Parts: sequence; C-alpha cells; structure tokens
Amino acid sequence: MRTPRGTGTSLKNFPLFGPIAAVVFAFLYIPLVFVVGYSFNSNRVVTVWKGFSLEWYADVLTNDDIQRAVMNSLRVASISTVLSVLFATGLAIGLLRMARAGRTFAWSLIMAPLVIPEIVFAIGTLALFVQIRFPLGVDAITLAHTAFCIPFALLPIRARLRTVDLSIYEAAADLGANEWTIFRRITLPLLAPGIVAGALLAFIISLDDFIVSYFLAGAGGTTLPVYIFGMIRNAITPGVNALSTLLLLVSVVIVTISYIIARRKR
Amino acid sequence: MAATEGLALSIRGVSKVFPTPEGGEVRALDDVSLEVADGSFMVLLGPSGCGKTTLLRCIAGLEAPDSGQIDLKGTRIDDVPVWKRRVNTVFQSYALFPHMTVAQNIAFGLQMDKLPKDEVARKVDQSLALVRLSDLGGRRPHQLSGGQQQRVALARALAKEPEVLLLDEPLSALDLKLRRGMQLELKRLQQETHITFILVTHDQDEAMSMGDEVAVFNEGRIVQVGAPRDVYLRPRTSFVADFIGEANLLALIPGAAGAEVAGWGAIPADAWASDSPAADASRSVAAVRPEDVVISADPQGRFPIVDATFIGGDLHAVVQVGEATISARQPAASAAGLTTGGRCELTFRPGSVRIVDA
Repeated sequence: MRTPRGTGTSLKNFPLFGPIAAVVFAFLYIPLVFVVGYSFNSNRVVTVWKGFSLEWYADVLTNDDIQRAVMNSLRVASISTVLSVLFATGLAIGLLRMARAGRTFAWSLIMAPLVIPEIVFAIGTLALFVQIRFPLGVDAITLAHTAFCIPFALLPIRARLRTVDLSIYEAAADLGANEWTIFRRITLPLLAPGIVAGALLAFIISLDDFIVSYFLAGAGGTTLPVYIFGMIRNAITPGVNALSTLLLLVSVVIVTISYIIARRKR
Repeated sequence: MAATEGLALSIRGVSKVFPTPEGGEVRALDDVSLEVADGSFMVLLGPSGCGKTTLLRCIAGLEAPDSGQIDLKGTRIDDVPVWKRRVNTVFQSYALFPHMTVAQNIAFGLQMDKLPKDEVARKVDQSLALVRLSDLGGRRPHQLSGGQQQRVALARALAKEPEVLLLDEPLSALDLKLRRGMQLELKRLQQETHITFILVTHDQDEAMSMGDEVAVFNEGRIVQVGAPRDVYLRPRTSFVADFIGEANLLALIPGAAGAEVAGWGAIPADAWASDSPAADASRSVAAVRPEDVVISADPQGRFPIVDATFIGGDLHAVVQVGEATISARQPAASAAGLTTGGRCELTFRPGSVRIVDA
C-alpha cells in the first residue's frame, strides 16, 4: 500500500484501516471471482465444483440466440457511441462559447440523465415511442442509449477542453486560420484523447445497460444483458457464468485501453 | 494616400466599452488615436487595466472596436476578419500549439498562406535561425524552457513577415535576468527584420529601453506620446511624471512673488524649465525629479529629514516640507551630514521644475 505523500500522517495509522479495506475489496470482488471461477466448472449444478472444463464456453459461443443477442448489443453500442460522441463534442464546444448563466443552465439539463432514475427514463421513453408509434426493437434501444450516453461521453471531452488555453484558438486565427481550419487542425486534435475516452465510456455504458433495453426490446431487440436476465429466470446455469465472464473481459479490455490512452496523452 | 505615407498604422478615434458582470460598463478605450511610423518600435505603456492590451487586440482583430477606424498601410482593416490581417501577435501566454512540434508550430501560419512545401520548410529554418533555435525544431513546446517557448512564439509570428508585429506583455512571464536578455534580443530582431513592432508593457524600464516611441495610457486614454527621453524630460501630466521615473508632485499656491510651494516659498525664476507652461489657477501642480532636488545638511535648516537611506552609491532622502514630503536623491559623496532626524535646506536645480496637468 502506498503512503500518501506530503502529509505527516499515514492512512495506515487510522484504526481498523486494514480490516475495513479488506472487507470492502472482498465485497467488491468475491462475486466476480465466483462468477469467473465457476464458469470453468464441469458440473451442471452451479455451486458444486466437479472439475475444470471449457464446455460452457463452447456451449455459449455456438448458441444462435446468444450470438444474435451479442450482435444486437454490439450494434446498439457502436451506433449509440458514435452518435452520442458527435453530440457531446458539439455540446462541449458550444458550451465553451455560451454566456455564463446560459452555460450553467444548459450543463444542468445535459447532465440530468445521470441522476434521473433509470426506470423513470425507461418508462418515459417507452411511453413516448408507443405514443408516436415508433416500433420497439434495436433502433428504439439505440436512440434511447444515445440519449443517456451523451452525458457520459461529454464528461471527459469537456474536462479535456477545459485544459486548453483559450489563447491557442486566438493564436490560430491570428496566424491566418478560419473557423473550420481551427476546428480541424487545433480543436479536434487537442480533444482527441477526451473523445476516445468519452467513446469508450459510452460504449461500456450502452453495452451493459439492462433496464432501458429490457423495456424497449420488443420482439427482435434482445440485447446480451436482457438475454442473460432471461437465462437466470429459471436457474443460474454455468452458461450464465461463462457468458458473464466474457462480458467482463470485454469491459476490462476497453477500460484498460482507455487508461493507457489517457496516460500516454498526458 | 499622402497623409499616411511612412505610417505602418493609423488609429483614429477608437473606443471600446465592455459590460461588467455587475451590469455596469468599463470604457476600456476612450477615443484613442495613434500613429505608428513604418519600421519603428512603439511601446504602449500603462498600468494594468488601462486599455493598452484592448487596443492591441483591436489592431489584431481579436476585439472589434465600437467606433473609430484602424488603417494598416493606408488600408482600413477594422472590418477585416482576424485571419486575413497582415498583422501577427505574440501572446502573453505564448499560446503555442501543444500537439505540434516547434517546426510545425512555425509552419502552421505559412501553410495558412498556402505557400509551397519547400518554401514553408525554408522559412521555418530561417525563422528558427533568427531566434537561435535551429536545433530544437523537432521538440514539443512542453520540452522547452520559458525563454525558448517565447522565442518560438516570436519565430512563429515573424515567419509570416507581418506588416506589424504585436507583442502582448511578452516578457512578463520570464525572470528578471532572462527578461533583460530578451529585451536586447527583441530590439535586435526589430532592427534586423525592419518590421514595425508594437509592444504592450506595464514596465516603464522596459518601455524606456526598447521603444523608439512610447505611448502612455491611463484609464482608456493615451495621455502622452513621444520618444522615451522626451516623455521622461517633459511629462505633460502628473500621471506621466509619476508613472515614468519618480517625481515629486508639488501643490502650488498663489503668492506675491508668483507660484509658491507651501512651507517652502516662491519658486525662483531659474528653477523653472524653460518650456514649462505657466502656473495659473487651473494649473497648480508642478513636477520635479528627486535627482533635481538638492539638499544640504544644516543644523539650523528649516526642514526635518524624515528618512535618509543609502542605496548603492546614492542617498535617498525624504524631507518634510510643510504638510507634504519631498524626495531627494544625490550621490553619496555630496551627502555628508545628511542623516535621519537631522535638518537641512532644500533647493531645486535650475530648469528642473515643470507645470503638469493634474
């Protein structure tokens, strides 16, 4: 454990620091260990270890329904990531140019989805789509995901934008660049790390969303989390563990990529 | 236009008002007019918030004046967008592009002019050599020292060969020693390139040592323009007298033998500067430099010495005269017997007292 720098007191001096930390980490990670570990269990009864096996992975990867759900999830996540990043980039730049009062108001409106209960958003969206007769399914889910991914994509983009000295844009104009050239050669390259981080965040948020997807899935719109939920309705099978482990792996890979990018660009 | 021949820049009646967050307004520029000779080094000098940077930004096109006209080489430019003006700026924060190398920073402006590739490369090399950074073209800005970043900002602006180069407090972020070196460097660059420089500063020493001409700003107006030495010797207002160098501002009262300094007496005819305006009811403040105040130790003298301090080879003394104090400075060699708490007599050097506008 690293001791905090610059202060005289170490965290370790707080009473029970070690035990509390251990309990917190145990609570966070034991379920994951359980899921990953039992995904390799050859026993059909989930909680009884019998021996090492990859049969559930083979099972999962050859299941047509699961493949369809994965394709749905990837399609929803990819399209809503692209759309939400486009909106978020425009918003970040637009916010920069607004007057202070309007900016605070606009920012609150954009960030509200972060605190609105997701179930409320899901019911509202469902009601809207039924009202305007928009067919439920993958497209409906994509639209809804785009909407609630915008604030997640916006956070890192705006954080990045705020580190840029405003006189850099003035310098570019002073050297003969018009608005479009400034955007293409100065703003966009400087924002790139924020845009990548925002995109990865939006992708993950969309990929593992359950509530909104469940409400809007309709007939052919089953995404992976919705499918997994269907699987455990009856019982937790080893197949669920294998599938969950794969989903976890995707998340870990994406977060790692975003971490590496953030470090390298600093 | 014959009237503008030899002029790089002509500014006529430019005003600019900014709203304040409290709902009021600030008159940053109040009917400012200024002419800058082609190939000269003009310094805009004044305290912070006096409008000098706003004028610079109006010339660059980063700010639009509310009224007035700005001509560059006889052509009106105040309605031309910033990216089309043949004027370039060195920003106070340098504003280098962090994602580009030094060479790419300098090339950026040249690419905007759509110059062919080999021409861009040639001019980048030339500019790097001009600021003595030829070896550092491949570095990123964050790998350079403050002084080196400053040179890159200069090279980037100069590479465009502007009609006028604008410098916004370019040396304020450098430490004292480096600043002195860069002052000489800027002066050299200006003389080598023959480009008109307009530099904004609040540092009067910088203004005095660098400018061919100095325009002194106060509260959104230009209060005096002239050669540094001329402005120093012949200040027109009490603000200029006090801001450039040090000055004693003497409140004059009418007396039988002409204007008097309260508690001292009538100013003798030979003490007046020959070209000083005459004192009258509306002009009742006189300025005199501390080095033109002569004091001599005298136990029976009329004036107590409030403070006497040796700084370097000089005695800096503060003398109580009536209700006011007068500062005096003279070489230590002629300061025998002048100590804090002592008494003295005080006179003004011939030709040293000048009426200024309050």
